[in-house]
Formats: sequence, C-alpha cells, structure tokens
Amino acid sequence: MAQYLLKRVGLALLTLVLLSLLIFFAGQVLPGDPGRAILGPFAAQSAVKALDRSLGLDRPLLTQYWSWATGIAHGDLGISYQFQAPVSSFLGPALVLSLKLAAVAFVLVVPLSIIGGVVAAMNRGRAVDRTISVTGLSLSTVPEFVSGIVLIVVFAIGLKVLPVTASAPPGASPLTVLKYLILPAIPLVLVLFGYIARMARAGTLEALDSDYVRTATLKGLPRSVVIRRHVLRNSLLPTITVIATQTGYLIGGLVVVERLFNYPGLGRLIFTAATDKDFPMLEAGVLVIGIVYLAATLIADVLYTLLNPRIRLQRAEL
Amino acid sequence: MTSDEPLDRVAAPALATPLEHTPALHDPEAVGVLPPDTGAIDYSAAGVRRERIRQLVRSPTFLIGAVILLWWIVCALFGRTFSPYNPTTGSLLQFNAHPSGAHWFGTDSLGRDVLSRVIVGSRGILVVATLATLLGTAVGASIGLVQGYFGGLVDNIIGRLVETVLALPVVIVAFLFVVALGPSDITLILVIGFVFSLLIGRTVRTAVLQERELDYVAAARLREESHGHIIFAEILPNVFAPILVEFTVRLGYAIFTVATLSFLGFGVQPPTPDWGADIAANYQYLAAGYWWETLFPALAIASLVVGVNLVADSVEAVVIQ
Repeated sequence: MAQYLLKRVGLALLTLVLLSLLIFFAGQVLPGDPGRAILGPFAAQSAVKALDRSLGLDRPLLTQYWSWATGIAHGDLGISYQFQAPVSSFLGPALVLSLKLAAVAFVLVVPLSIIGGVVAAMNRGRAVDRTISVTGLSLSTVPEFVSGIVLIVVFAIGLKVLPVTASAPPGASPLTVLKYLILPAIPLVLVLFGYIARMARAGTLEALDSDYVRTATLKGLPRSVVIRRHVLRNSLLPTITVIATQTGYLIGGLVVVERLFNYPGLGRLIFTAATDKDFPMLEAGVLVIGIVYLAATLIADVLYTLLNPRIRLQRAEL
Repeated sequence: MTSDEPLDRVAAPALATPLEHTPALHDPEAVGVLPPDTGAIDYSAAGVRRERIRQLVRSPTFLIGAVILLWWIVCALFGRTFSPYNPTTGSLLQFNAHPSGAHWFGTDSLGRDVLSRVIVGSRGILVVATLATLLGTAVGASIGLVQGYFGGLVDNIIGRLVETVLALPVVIVAFLFVVALGPSDITLILVIGFVFSLLIGRTVRTAVLQERELDYVAAARLREESHGHIIFAEILPNVFAPILVEFTVRLGYAIFTVATLSFLGFGVQPPTPDWGADIAANYQYLAAGYWWETLFPALAIASLVVGVNLVADSVEAVVIQ
C-alpha cells in the first residue's frame, strides 16, 4: 500500500516536471523574442535588447528554466511584466475566488449527475434513459460561453431574477455572494453533468447485472435496500475518479466563464496575462491549473484504493 | 451510399463478377423467399456495412443531427449566395435594430445584419475544426498504431508525454500555444490537431494492443512481412471502427475548442463573420438589452455542436457493437 502510494506520488512529480518544461517552452521559447512581443513591432531594436536584458532573457535557455523552476520550488513565481509586482500576490486571491465558484458548481453537479445517472440506469433503454443520456451528452459539448449567454438572456435580462455579473458588491452577505455565483456556475454544471452521469450510469448498470445483486433480490430484500446497500456502493466508486479528473477541467473552464461574467478569478487572470503578453503571470497561472489537476487525480486514486476493499486487500498481499 | 442497395438486390446476380461477394444470391430477402426486413443476417463485409448504414438511417438521433450538420455545411459552402444582406457592410442608420421583418435576427452595433453574419459565419469554424480533427486523427492514429504495436520504451515515453499534456484542459493548452504563436487559422489547426492526436493516439493504442495478440498478426509475422506492412495493411483496417468513432466525437470537441478560442479573441479576426468572435464583440451590449446580437450566434454554435454530437453518438452506437 505504502509502496503503491509512493509510486503514484513519484509519477505525479515526474509529470509535474514535464509540465513545467512544456509551459516554459510555450511561454518562453515559442514566442521568439518576449521583449519584441511586449514592445510591439515598431519599437527600436536597442529598446527590445535592453528589456530582454533587464528581464534576464539574454541568458541561455537552460539557465532561464533552472532559475524559473527553482524559484517556483521556493514559492517565488516571478515578477509580473505588466504590474511589476510578484505574481503570487495576484495569484493567491484569484485562486481563492475561482475555488469559490468551482465549489458552487461542484455542490450542484455532483448530486444532480449521480441521481441522473442512477435514474437512467434503472430505466435502461426506456425514454427516460435515452433523454438523460442524449441531453447530458449534448449539453456537455456546448461551450460554456454559449450556455452562459442563453442563461444571461433568460434569467438576467428576460426574467430579471439573477444578476448579470458574478461579483457581488463589496461587503455583501455570503448568501448574496452565492446568489451572484449561481448563474456563472450553471454553464460549468451543464458541461460536467454529461460525463459524471454517464459514468454513474455505466457503474450502476454493471452493478445491476452482477450476481450479488441477483442474489440480494432473490433472497427477498426490498428493491430500495438492494439499490442502496448493494448497487450504489459499488456503482459510485468509478464515479469518484471521473469527478476528480473533471476538477482540472473545471478550473480550465473558468477561463471562459470568468471572462463572460467578468469575475476576477484565476481564469480571468490567465486571460488578461495572455492578452498583455505577461508571460510570468501566464506560466504561473497555467502551472497552478496543472498542479490542481494532478493533486485531484492523485487524491482520487488514493480514495479509490482506500474505499475499494478489493484493491486494498490485493495491495496488502503484494 | 444507400443507393447501391436496390441495385445490389435486383441486379447483383447478373452483374457480380466471380471474385465479388454476391450477397443477393445467398440473401433470402433478395430472392423473395422471405418478406423484407425480417432480420436475415448477411455476414459479408459489404452486408455488414449495408446493415450498419440501414441502422443509422433509421435512427432519429442520427437523422436530426445529420440535417443540422448538412444545413451548416450548405451555409459554409454557399452562404454568401443566399444571405439576405452583405455580412460585412452595415448601415449606420440601423445599428442595434431589434429583430424585424427586414432583419429577422436584428442588426449589430455596426448595423450589420445578424442573420447574414450567422449564415456566413459557419464557414470559418467548420473549416478549421474539420481540418484540425483530420490532422489529429491522421497523426493520432499513426502514433497509436506505432505505440501499440512496438510497446516497450517507445510506448512508455509517449505515454508519459501524453499524460503531461492531458494534465491541462484542452482549451488551456490550445490557449497557451496560440498566445505564444500568435492567432491565425493555421495555428489553431496545428495546436488543436496536436492535442487531439494525443487523445486519439491513446484510444487507438488500446485497440492495437488487443489486435496485436491475434492470430492474423502472428501469421503476418511468420510470413516475415515488414513492420510497416503489418501496422498499416493488416492492423489498421481492423481498428478502423474506433478511429472513425474518435473522428466524429473529436469533431464535436474541435468545434467546442475553436468556438471558445474565437470567443477569447484568438480565432478568426474581424471583420470576417465568426460566431465566437461576434459574441465577444457584442456581449458587452447584453446588459443594455441588445440580446439578439449574441443570442443568435450562440444558438448557432449550440445547434452545430449538438448536431455533430448526435451524429457521433449514433455512429458510435452502430459501429461499436
């Protein structure tokens, strides 16, 4: 068990190093000359050179990567080109805001999609099943800004029941903050619903077809007890993994939703950094998304192992 | 594709050369022994294909999806000939006009007809998404075939790289590279094609791992055929079904990604009509009540992705059985 965990953590760390290389490559090598990119095509060559030197961009790439990576390992995410201030002072508050929005989306989507998937499985092949599956899958391919606009038009402009923006006025009560976050959370919920419901449905179907459920039914247990004690306990395990992998997506989908609803979270921070060519900010933001994803999948793996006695005991024997 | 069906049934016995399958001769349906459509099963390759197409055409989800997709393809190809107005020139006297008889979808902040822009705007997204998916499928299938066939170190290295890129949402990877390389259609196609090739490669690899163990591959190895021949002439035809499914499913996601990047300002540049870019340009007027400028392009994107998705879902249901 301990060995398995160590191996998982080691692989996650290796992926993290590769990820940092990829981000460094995309942010610092591909754009060619960052000084030129910042100052624009009409700036004097001498000014570009001076800027490159002051940013440390005239050093060899390997040196640049090393000082960037070791800086991050020490908690120094670099200095924003745009604001001339440490990236971390912007990243922290933005991440907290994004996590708030993501949490609202999560609290809505997890129970909804699990219920949807289980109901679809119990009505296998019937109209209910077909409707939930096709609707869920179709909604999951509609971009967040598209569903977001439809929601804004209907609920904020047509019915006037919810605010157009996501940021509550300063000093608002937690309940008001929540009210402002519901509309931006729904596009994320719509994209995620299809995946999680599909997984919950597949897991439930598998459990329903199993011998132990047949035995439970044949020995006369009421259907509700069979579902609760035998089906759900087994069917929801794989769903945990999907929920965790979708966490990474959720943080990524925030870029679009936060731009649409003008919400100053991590997504909007990355977007502004990208349009301003503020590469240190952009790289740090994308790295944070990657770390959140890797941490979420790692936690899911561990949870899955802990909750599933078959794997737990098998590992113990090894 | 279905048009050869009646021809086969009626005339196949006369036309068929000795080398071809002559399903009609063995098909009791065709010679009138049984009434049509009783489920007589024809196991020849052509028969299986025909049966699948028949199943597809009967599925309402496929038909709805195909009609939506066809409509947008027609708009992309011929939209300029039947759009009611010129999509790029507006009348400044009629900016932000409500939907009306003259302008069914209203006009935007520059007085351009929204309906015309929606019709013509289908071209960019369809072309970029299709090319990106084709590129991703071709490269991804090749990576997956090679990776699954050889296994070992190659497999491990590629697997780790794929794992790394997939630690980020597709939109973020695309976003990162498009920012670095500068927005253009070519960049979009290359970047989305690259990310999709990793995803498609992973699926194809799994399929190849199963095929690799089968007897026909062992037989080809005994005949001392080259690796290239075994991979592309022996295995490829047998993993074609998952590749086709990947293509249709990924096309939906490509449209999703292209639309999103356009909305973020990294796609088609103005004044060319484009759904995502039009939404980005006009959504600031949403709060002022000019909802039609963003709602109609948004509905266009939604209908296209749902259409492609319905087609992909039915193809998957029929092909993977």
